[in-house]
Amino acid sequence: MTDIRHVAAPPATPAAGKPRRPIFLRRGPMEALAVAVIGLGFLMLFQPFALVLYTYSLITLLTGTFMFMIVSKFPE
Amino acid sequence: MTTSDHTYADKAAEAAVRATPEPVARRLRSLSDKAIAWLFIAPTIVLLLAINIFPLFWAVYLSFTNYRANRPNAVVQNVGLGNYSRVLNDPDIWASMQTTAHFVFWTILLQTVIGFGLAYLIDRKFRGHAFWTTLILIPMMLSPAVVGNFWRFLYEPQIGLFAYAVSFLTGIPTSEIQMLGNVHLAPWAIIIVDTWMWTPYVMLICLAGLRSIPDYIYEAAEVDRASNWRQFWSITVPMALPFIMLAVLFRGIENFKMFDMVNLLTGGGPGSTTEVASIALKRDAFEAWATGRSSAFAIVLFVAVFGLANIYVKALNRVKQR
Repeated sequence: MTDIRHVAAPPATPAAGKPRRPIFLRRGPMEALAVAVIGLGFLMLFQPFALVLYTYSLITLLTGTFMFMIVSKFPE
Repeated sequence: MTTSDHTYADKAAEAAVRATPEPVARRLRSLSDKAIAWLFIAPTIVLLLAINIFPLFWAVYLSFTNYRANRPNAVVQNVGLGNYSRVLNDPDIWASMQTTAHFVFWTILLQTVIGFGLAYLIDRKFRGHAFWTTLILIPMMLSPAVVGNFWRFLYEPQIGLFAYAVSFLTGIPTSEIQMLGNVHLAPWAIIIVDTWMWTPYVMLICLAGLRSIPDYIYEAAEVDRASNWRQFWSITVPMALPFIMLAVLFRGIENFKMFDMVNLLTGGGPGSTTEVASIALKRDAFEAWATGRSSAFAIVLFVAVFGLANIYVKALNRVKQR
């Protein structure tokens, strides 16, 4: 009969030991946020409803674009 | 190789060795492979920097100044964000953005639907499909200047074939079909021409996507008794989607910059109904000679297109990973 106390435990998966990164350092959600900001800026630039939205479209687009350029370098 | 060939080759090599100055030859021999590779691509990089990158940075610099190209000797002053503020608060420029959006939306929608439809038909490989493919591709091969000019003749109310055909089908007198002179019809006149010219391009990309779908997937679907409709929505469309998105991306970016065809067909008129952003930009730069302000306008458009390209590249990667 095998002594189960001496059977080696299965090795832990690499992810199990690692602490999960905070959401603002994760590529997936931050990229999605950057794309949403770019999309918003794009709609603001071409919408026909309010001049004030058009005025702030460039800064929104720039924010989204720079954010995308930065967060797309984050690890998965 | 004959003896005479050897002789000629040896003679040519000897001549080359004699012609190369000894210090240069020694220096070239001492270069690493990496250095030689850099030596070969350096002219291209220099050209790219001079033609693409430098003008971009120069436009960014000009966008913060009051520079006017028709007064090259005037003192150039820094105006900070003044040009951007004027561009982003100008109702006329805002209107030109809306015209651009209208134009881009309809051209892309029509080109994608018609282009994919044509690709789907051509992919059936019916009798004479190669001939029809060539025929459909012809508009894409023409210069936009040529297309703009001959569509202007086609749209002529008195002598134009387009007006005649519409009149024949609807009974409206040809003199009333003012495609380029009517404020409601002029934007559609440009959309029709752009769709006519660039649908083959979308078709070609979609056709590449359709041809890349392996036959065994359809065979498996037929074994499972999937209907044609089901096969279309569950196999054809998802597998051709990256290609369709690529076509939409290319056409979207191109249409935001559309200038030549609009300039030839309507010149932005009647009034300013077809004044797309690039036409407004050209007027600002070369009619009002507000070079600094027009540079700021160009940078705004560049940021918009760059942002759009980011979104599409991300979407494309996601679709490819599926």
